[in-house]
Amino acid sequence: MNCIIIDDETTARVILNRICSEVDDLKVVAEFENAVEAIKYLYKHKVDLVLLDIHLPDFTGFEFIKTLKDPPKIILISSDKNFAIEAYEYDCIVDYLVKPILIPRFIKAVQKVKSILNKSDKEISQITEVVNDHENELYINIDRRLIKIDIRTIYFIEAKGDYIHLKTETSNYIVHSSLKKIEEKLPNNLFFKVHRSYIINVKKIVGIEDNTVLINKEIIPIGRSSRAELMNRLNLL
Amino acid sequence: MPNLTYINKLSNGDENFKKRLIDVIKFEFPTEKNIYQENIKLKNYQIAAENVHKIKHKISILSFKKGYKLASKHENNLKENNNNFEQEFEEVLKTITSFLSLI
Repeated sequence: MNCIIIDDETTARVILNRICSEVDDLKVVAEFENAVEAIKYLYKHKVDLVLLDIHLPDFTGFEFIKTLKDPPKIILISSDKNFAIEAYEYDCIVDYLVKPILIPRFIKAVQKVKSILNKSDKEISQITEVVNDHENELYINIDRRLIKIDIRTIYFIEAKGDYIHLKTETSNYIVHSSLKKIEEKLPNNLFFKVHRSYIINVKKIVGIEDNTVLINKEIIPIGRSSRAELMNRLNLL
Repeated sequence: MPNLTYINKLSNGDENFKKRLIDVIKFEFPTEKNIYQENIKLKNYQIAAENVHKIKHKISILSFKKGYKLASKHENNLKENNNNFEQEFEEVLKTITSFLSLI
């Protein structure tokens, strides 16, 4: 598991590096004294865990999290206990540690992250797996129950953080998965990614206006780069 | 009083690490203290509260419990533009400065 450290205090970074070296299978790949540099790094590199100080000079830790589209798991670190409640509002925040950090408490937090990451990998593979040969069927895992969906009834799929929202003719589902994973399971002739956060069923298009597409009663944005390809796929008069 | 309990625990016998950590604290603390004192002088209490927050971490690393409690109160007061604990906190800073000069 790799991680980065974001803390403007050199003392804190030295301590965190030391504590990380005490944990098996945890590697500090980069450290930053401000959020802006960390954002640039995360734009190019995938990390499993961010050790994040709440008090940063340019952003607060929470503002930093809001800038990330698909945030990694985060352990928040602060000298202040008062932010613990706010931390619970973010799914990506796994634990909250108060400085000075004690090694046993830190190890416990990292173990929590590991177990969540392992569980997520397992769930993703279960969720998006088509479990039989019927080409119009997709099984999704909701609360440990496999639910069969007829692919043709899907209106669209929307990415929301670590989850996807599936809207179908009969029901809506929230599944712990990514747009990329489900895209691999859907037939190309029927589904099209119109935007970085949306895949639509092209058979369900009601109309297109400017950079939006109407599906059922919902307006979906069309990404600039996807518009031309979508228009190519339509039977235009 | 400040002491090396936390630093020793963290170092776990690694003298190189212990020295490195102490050197970093010795380097950072005077700057943080000066910035805080400057903001107090200018009555920039909100910024001074943030400075105290940062210094508070060093106080906790130096296992100075009484100093930490006072720093927390002072930080909260400064957020409300109240500098009642200014003098007492100055004593905490002096104690730490003196401790750092001895280690």
